[in-house]
Amino acid sequence: MAVIEIAARVDARGLSCPMPIVKTAQAIKTVAAGGFVEVLATDPGSIRDFIAWARTTGNDLVEQTSDGAVYRFVVRRK
Amino acid sequence: MDEPLNLVLFSGTDDKLQAAAVLTAGAAALGRPVHLFLQYWALDAFRADRIGRDHGLAPEAGPAGRKAVEVLAAAGQAPWAETLRQAKELGGVDVEACSLSMDLLRLEQTDLDPLVDGVEGVTAFYLSAGDGQIVFI
Repeated sequence: MAVIEIAARVDARGLSCPMPIVKTAQAIKTVAAGGFVEVLATDPGSIRDFIAWARTTGNDLVEQTSDGAVYRFVVRRK
Repeated sequence: MDEPLNLVLFSGTDDKLQAAAVLTAGAAALGRPVHLFLQYWALDAFRADRIGRDHGLAPEAGPAGRKAVEVLAAAGQAPWAETLRQAKELGGVDVEACSLSMDLLRLEQTDLDPLVDGVEGVTAFYLSAGDGQIVFI
């Protein structure tokens, strides 16, 4: 499996809804098409929010993991 | 998701303005255009000299609700004006003051926070709303 090169990172830990998604939407604009953005969040609603955001905007949610109370998402700009 | 979301903000308490700001930011993050139309006490809350002040909560909040809101703010929840500012940074968010409410409150646009893009009448609001939903808060 190819190693994913992260082009931008968003630390949304401690931020409440909808800020993790807002910060991600801001960050995705800063990377080229096909570029990856990594997001760390603690908002439990963010799991479903990221799925919905990816489906609606057409960007890919390529990784979704959690480490305790911290959720990690990697999205690829369409 | 190209239909705009149209929010008419009437209430000027911080809880309702925060709810409106969250709805706006979520829609903006999805790339959906949002029109905010500010009337009455919501418009008053956007006065440049008062936007950062405590605007109180809806009566149903009560003391327990006040406490809950304070806990969330202490945990780092952005104030509604900041949430709106971030939403506007994403683009597609237009904030207009209702011209009747401007007359009511004896305001000029220079009295308002820069978050407000302009002043318009209800007809112009309906025109920009198109076939999108209109939500009154």
